[in-house]
Amino acid sequence: MRKTLAAAAFAILVAGSASARQPPAAQSEFVPAQPGAATEQLPAAPLLIAAYAFVWIATTGYVWTIARRLNKVEDDLRALEHKARPPR
Amino acid sequence: MKKSATPLIAIVALLFAVAPYEISQAPIESTMGLVQKIFYFHVPSWMAMYTAIAVCGVASAILLFRNQKTADAYAVAGAEVAVLFGLMGLVSGPLWGRKAWGVWWVWEPRLTSALLMELIFIACLIVRKYGGPGSEKLAAATGLFGAATSPFVYKSVDIWRTQHPKTSVVPELLKGSMPGSGLPFALSAFAFVLLAILLMNLRVILARRQATLDDLYLEYDG
Repeated sequence: MRKTLAAAAFAILVAGSASARQPPAAQSEFVPAQPGAATEQLPAAPLLIAAYAFVWIATTGYVWTIARRLNKVEDDLRALEHKARPPR
Repeated sequence: MKKSATPLIAIVALLFAVAPYEISQAPIESTMGLVQKIFYFHVPSWMAMYTAIAVCGVASAILLFRNQKTADAYAVAGAEVAVLFGLMGLVSGPLWGRKAWGVWWVWEPRLTSALLMELIFIACLIVRKYGGPGSEKLAAATGLFGAATSPFVYKSVDIWRTQHPKTSVVPELLKGSMPGSGLPFALSAFAFVLLAILLMNLRVILARRQATLDDLYLEYDG
């Protein structure tokens, strides 16, 4: 009996903590702010700038790696062609 | 790079020049404020990733089931570009979440499944690079598996209860739920998808030159 009660209490505690951790309902659409309404508590600009900067840095970095790899392949191709050419 | 790509480069450059101005003119959202503007390049980066995933998935299927070796270059290009744009989404998302939810990361269905999808494509590239002979088929199978998981990642916000905005946000935005924000979003989305196509083109050129070099090495050694 005591074990059953303890198990029931444990189940209620687990269920309670799980329901307390439920996230708020997701937004299904965006709504524009009313003019003059206070919308900011934390500065958002640094986060926005960081996200935009990351997009540019990642794109530039990727193009640079492709260019570097392409140059290496072209160098290897030239070296191989030079090596394969019969001596005159 | 082929001269035919020049108009594409010009269009992408023009779109990326115009989009930031249009985004700055878009209205500020009521509950999230200025940080919601991350949406204008967070969602397009996922759209670009899905474009790359589609290319990787189709090319991987062609390589696996029709044994066409030329598809390998497209599969690798798709996987690599998918990882790049996925990374953009995974970085810009937490920057948005920090302000909107008060935390950088939540282990909820959308974020977790998106991270796993990114890891699958990273695994695909690692297998392709270090798998040795025959790795192209193993990488193609991984790429195809990654592509098969992508619809579940997309629909996860509608299936499970999550903090992440639902998929209806974009159609509602384009229908005019927030007047003045449809055009900046459309421009940005178009720019990102075109950029993904451009980068995949570039990566295919590299893969083909690498294949030529490998063939020459084999010929020279033989």
